[in-house]
Amino acid sequence: MAEPTPLLTTVGLTKHFAVNKSRWGKEIGQVRAVDGISLAVHSGETLGIVGESGCGKTTLGRLILRLIEPTSGQISFAGTNISDMSGVKMRAIRRKIQIIFQDPYSSLNPRMTVHKIVAQGIVTHGLAKGKAVGERVAQLLEMVGLPANAARRYPHEFSGGQRQRIGIARALAVEPEFIVADEPVSALDVSVQAQIVNLLQDIQSEMGLTFMFIAHDLSVVRHISDRVAVMYLGKIVELASKEALYSDPSHPYTRALLSAVPVTNPKKRRERIILTGDIPNPADIPSGCPFHPRCAERQVQCETTVPQLTDIGDGRQVACLLRQPAASSPPAKSPQAKEEQD
Amino acid sequence: MPPSETAGSTPLLEVDDLRTYFHTRTGVAKAVDGVSFDLTAAETLGLVGESGCGKSVTALSIMRLVSDPPGKIEGGAIRINGRELLDLSDDEMCAVRGNDVAMIFQEPMTSLNPVITCGRQIAEAVELHQDVSRSEAHNRAVEMLRLVGIAAPEQRANEYPHQLSGGMRQRVMIAMGLSCNPQILIADEPTTALDVTVQAQIMELLQRLQEELGMAILLITHDLGVVAETTDRAAVMYAGGIVESAATEMLFANPRHPYTQGLIRSIPELDTDQTRLDIIPGTVPDLRRLPVGCRFQSRCPLVDEHCREAAPPLVETDEGHQTACWKANG
Repeated sequence: MAEPTPLLTTVGLTKHFAVNKSRWGKEIGQVRAVDGISLAVHSGETLGIVGESGCGKTTLGRLILRLIEPTSGQISFAGTNISDMSGVKMRAIRRKIQIIFQDPYSSLNPRMTVHKIVAQGIVTHGLAKGKAVGERVAQLLEMVGLPANAARRYPHEFSGGQRQRIGIARALAVEPEFIVADEPVSALDVSVQAQIVNLLQDIQSEMGLTFMFIAHDLSVVRHISDRVAVMYLGKIVELASKEALYSDPSHPYTRALLSAVPVTNPKKRRERIILTGDIPNPADIPSGCPFHPRCAERQVQCETTVPQLTDIGDGRQVACLLRQPAASSPPAKSPQAKEEQD
Repeated sequence: MPPSETAGSTPLLEVDDLRTYFHTRTGVAKAVDGVSFDLTAAETLGLVGESGCGKSVTALSIMRLVSDPPGKIEGGAIRINGRELLDLSDDEMCAVRGNDVAMIFQEPMTSLNPVITCGRQIAEAVELHQDVSRSEAHNRAVEMLRLVGIAAPEQRANEYPHQLSGGMRQRVMIAMGLSCNPQILIADEPTTALDVTVQAQIMELLQRLQEELGMAILLITHDLGVVAETTDRAAVMYAGGIVESAATEMLFANPRHPYTQGLIRSIPELDTDQTRLDIIPGTVPDLRRLPVGCRFQSRCPLVDEHCREAAPPLVETDEGHQTACWKANG
């Protein structure tokens, strides 16, 4: 597989939120929302990010847009380090990186017409002037499947699916290269969800866009992504091509997650792995492997050693002490620990 | 609805031509418009549909918890063991709730009282519906918390809802719902607010409790996967009416209504590559301005003149398989 230069890379990207509980604002702890994420997104691909609530997937998306500032780590876009870029320069980059939000109700200003919402970016970045703005808005609305007269109306006049289309038109208005889609279909009904997923795929192939698709719905992520990263408590535990990840999940958490998805076809059911307990509090992450308290395969070493995301071949990366390539780590003692190597 | 061959006994719960309308300033929204189904003892019936299809209002109507105004049960019948609920006084209905039928809700955080301990909330329900002392009720609460798999139930009983995780809160809701041994448990989207691994825990819990306690479950959800895996029979609702109902396996293997077919096809599969998802075009019609004829006509690929003139009744197309579609009936 030829390695093209990635459009976006993060190195050790970390965001810790301070927990201030005492009256004097004294910091009593930290929520490690995103904890050392290194990944690369290649031009034209869709990288899916899955994980359960609180795993840090939304924070990761916002860090990439620098809507929140990272605690440490680096973000590069098209070869340029943007993690401490300021002001005017960053504005130019923001035109190239856009976001589509989860909730189509709260992410559109109710007092603005659809025209204003979509045109704002065009005007701010000086992409069109005068009459051309209206023409561009009309063109965008048509592209996302909204009637031309939508421009004069307000968000509340539209259904959830249509509002999500407005959000997509807004993101496309500034001709971005990279779009972070943060749970764009989670708030929608199944029949409408399929319409929006198809629309996203259409605009991707038409405009040659690169997507980071963040969602908790594993089947939607599989459908739209080329590669998928699974997050747990602020870290990536597994990253692989979607075929490899879904047909042969390696990390115990990925296995449990996939087995938990209810499916309609009884012939396609996996044997369910029921995890015990809940996701630990992200302000109090377990020692060693963050997944060890819930892991069925845990060994003594898992309680103390933090597993690193390691390439185990075939472009698959796993953060699990029991899935290390044989050469670089002491062999796992457990007989059921499968050595994955090629 | 004729009972299927599997259940010879009389149904525990019968809902017959239920109509619940909401009178709003902009018109009458027919949220539930002629819904009929029944539920036999120890059975799990799934009620599936997208938002606004009337599945929750059906559940609230059975509990007689629809707020009036603006909502009103306009007609139909709801019988538990042959007893008509719609004729009961408020006091009589209060005795039915908890003892005969209990309900758990989608959002465990908003349906639990944040300033009362979990144990006290369960005990309160027991005291209200059964003739027991305060300490007996507390013991019952602890026992119920143990039953739903909460570790250290004595300690958890004294904790407040915010101290528990989402999954644990839903367990508390289930403990409360089952505290008076109801014959019927209505679970309205019990796992929608939960993560998929926690959802698997809760669904497993409900199935185990059903085996142990033998209650019937009416499971309301929008998730077809959950329905496929946990119910015996399923009814699909669309815009206030049931469009198809069958044994769950049959419904997924051989859906007959175009809406059910479209719904099943529009979910991406976990292990198959599809280039495009199948869609159902358009959106759900406004419940205040439902068209004459079939409710699904504006989105149906098979629509013709007949569909626009008369609404298709829910009739048996195969043994135990009912469909409300002129095309499927032919």
